Amino acid sequence: MSIFINSSSKVIVQGMTGSEGTKHTRRMLASGTKVVGGVTPGKGGQVVDIDGTSLPVFNTVAEAMAATGANVSVVFVPPKFAKAAVIDAIDATMPLVVVITEGIPVHDSAFFYAYSLKSGKTQIIGPNCPGLISPEASNVGIIPADITKKGPIGLVSKSGTLTYQMMYELRDIGFSTAVGIGGDPVIGTTHIDCLRAFQDDPETEAIVMIGEIGGDAEERAAAFIAEYVKKPVVGYVAGFTAPEGKTMGHAGAIVSGSSGTAQAKKDALEAAGVKVGQTPSETARLMREILGR
Amino acid sequence: MDLYEYQARDLFEKHTVPVLKGAVATTPEAARDAAADMGGKVVVKAQVKVGGRGKAGGVKLAVDPADTFEKASAILGMDIKGHTVHKVMIAQAAPIVDEYYISILLDRSNRTFLVMASVAGGMDIEEVAHSTPEKLAKVPVSAVDGIDKALASKIIAQAQFPADIADQVGDVLVKLWETFQSEDATLVEVNPLVKTEDGRIIALDGKVSLDENADFRQPDHAALVDSATANALEEAAKAKGLNYVKLDNGQVGIIGNGAGLVMSTLDVVAYAGEKFGGMRPANFLDIGGGASAQVMADGLSIILGDPDVKSVFVNVFGGITACDAVANGIVQALELLGPKATKPIVVRLDGNNVLEGRAILNAANHPLVEQAETMDGAASRAAELAAK
Repeated sequence: MSIFINSSSKVIVQGMTGSEGTKHTRRMLASGTKVVGGVTPGKGGQVVDIDGTSLPVFNTVAEAMAATGANVSVVFVPPKFAKAAVIDAIDATMPLVVVITEGIPVHDSAFFYAYSLKSGKTQIIGPNCPGLISPEASNVGIIPADITKKGPIGLVSKSGTLTYQMMYELRDIGFSTAVGIGGDPVIGTTHIDCLRAFQDDPETEAIVMIGEIGGDAEERAAAFIAEYVKKPVVGYVAGFTAPEGKTMGHAGAIVSGSSGTAQAKKDALEAAGVKVGQTPSETARLMREILGR
Repeated sequence: MDLYEYQARDLFEKHTVPVLKGAVATTPEAARDAAADMGGKVVVKAQVKVGGRGKAGGVKLAVDPADTFEKASAILGMDIKGHTVHKVMIAQAAPIVDEYYISILLDRSNRTFLVMASVAGGMDIEEVAHSTPEKLAKVPVSAVDGIDKALASKIIAQAQFPADIADQVGDVLVKLWETFQSEDATLVEVNPLVKTEDGRIIALDGKVSLDENADFRQPDHAALVDSATANALEEAAKAKGLNYVKLDNGQVGIIGNGAGLVMSTLDVVAYAGEKFGGMRPANFLDIGGGASAQVMADGLSIILGDPDVKSVFVNVFGGITACDAVANGIVQALELLGPKATKPIVVRLDGNNVLEGRAILNAANHPLVEQAETMDGAASRAAELAAK
């Protein structure tokens, strides 16, 4: 198995007719994902041909779900329209909504996250994330499908490229699911949500958790690991050299005062029994030791 | 983006939060004229984005325009915790009988908004939260529901504000919420909120942080950017749309793709640099997913224009981007830069089409460029070259 998505996941693409949406729909299809349609308000009724696959376009997520049976939506809609797109998906009670869009105002993401809690029917991943992949089964978002194969490692990370780097370091072993949860201040799915799912997933044997400066998500994850996770976890934290008060690329990656530092996160993880690597390659070595491979 | 106090005051005024008259001045003459306009006593306040300015002597009462000139002369140019004072705010003085605290902020940990309110205002609120937590009411606010009159009354009651001012403070809280929401703020803080001798409730000092992701729908916010204090390299990078942060005491210029990988690259260079006399990363620069030749050229020219930089480390993992495209970008960037490229460049490519990418760089055989197979190895070599 895997977490959140598998080979029977049926995916619609919100913003499929835009350039990013089209490009990544092609990539998702090429890696075997069951993409079943797209949503672009005002373009309902059109049919888009992508490398020989005809995909219907709908005006709303509700129409797309009714016609295709989709149970996952991936959002490539620009920041200006992203809030409306995610609310459309929540109103349609879409079970999983993966928001790739970068640069969404935090008032909008705070709104759609709060709105999803009220509905209670929708899990959001992201925004500002690379999505998630269960290799050889389903790929929702922009993670390259050809880095690695199916295997026993579960991975959760705030960062896209560090996800790719870690998958590459451990490509001979493979992954059950790799989830990029995003680097924004408000995200729908946290490290903890993924750690719980990996602990409960019989195919995942060990977990890599990648964090970065800002907020206290890693500290909370450490407390959760101590309490709930029995499988081995190795960790990596980026941003030891980041100065206070400067945002490092991700809107959420900022050290303010004594909180959010990489050292505090590393200390919290180690106190919870997590082996923390100093570099991505050392982290990969720690995982190899644990798996004996 | 954090605002200065006078900018926060102006935003409050725009949203009808009660404030005193205030003006900003960059010279003692302008400060004197502002005081003359206001009449009576004024307070001269250093405009710096750091706490503790009062203790540092950055806030002074002035009795008349001539005194305002003197006080402003003393404060302008002052150094407060490494921040030079370029502006002072001239604020009307008011007789204060009580000081309170109110803020609305983004609570990342709980993924919601949060109101904090206390009748113990005027001091460091973290100290209040630490030593007398019962005096600080913390109430989560849903982004969907916001703060209406009824919720505001509930919060004010929970914070134990005196009954005779509860209505007024509740009004202020609703207006602060309107400010927070309509300006796309991540923090709106009033400390202190004061009660004057004549019973008015006034926001005496404020802090506001704005979300830059919302700039597309906040055209007025561009005017609030303070370019005077920005680093020249950071400003040049911003003009090119690059995500760049200058770091102090660094020698190794860094270019990479993806915020997380670049942050990690800084760390790996700092570790590797320990073996070479403490070489450190000189900057953060994320060129994002595309990494076209133009973006690479823009990035390289910013970094090569930094006199602190002795060597450059280009660290790219080809995910969506193929390494051959990145390699072509580097080659074309060096052609564009010509003789302006003067420092050694260590390139580490991995991922999508890595062999093609490495072959392109080998074929170009540029004298400044060398390749490394791993991130750790490249970091070590870049630090070694910087130390030479």
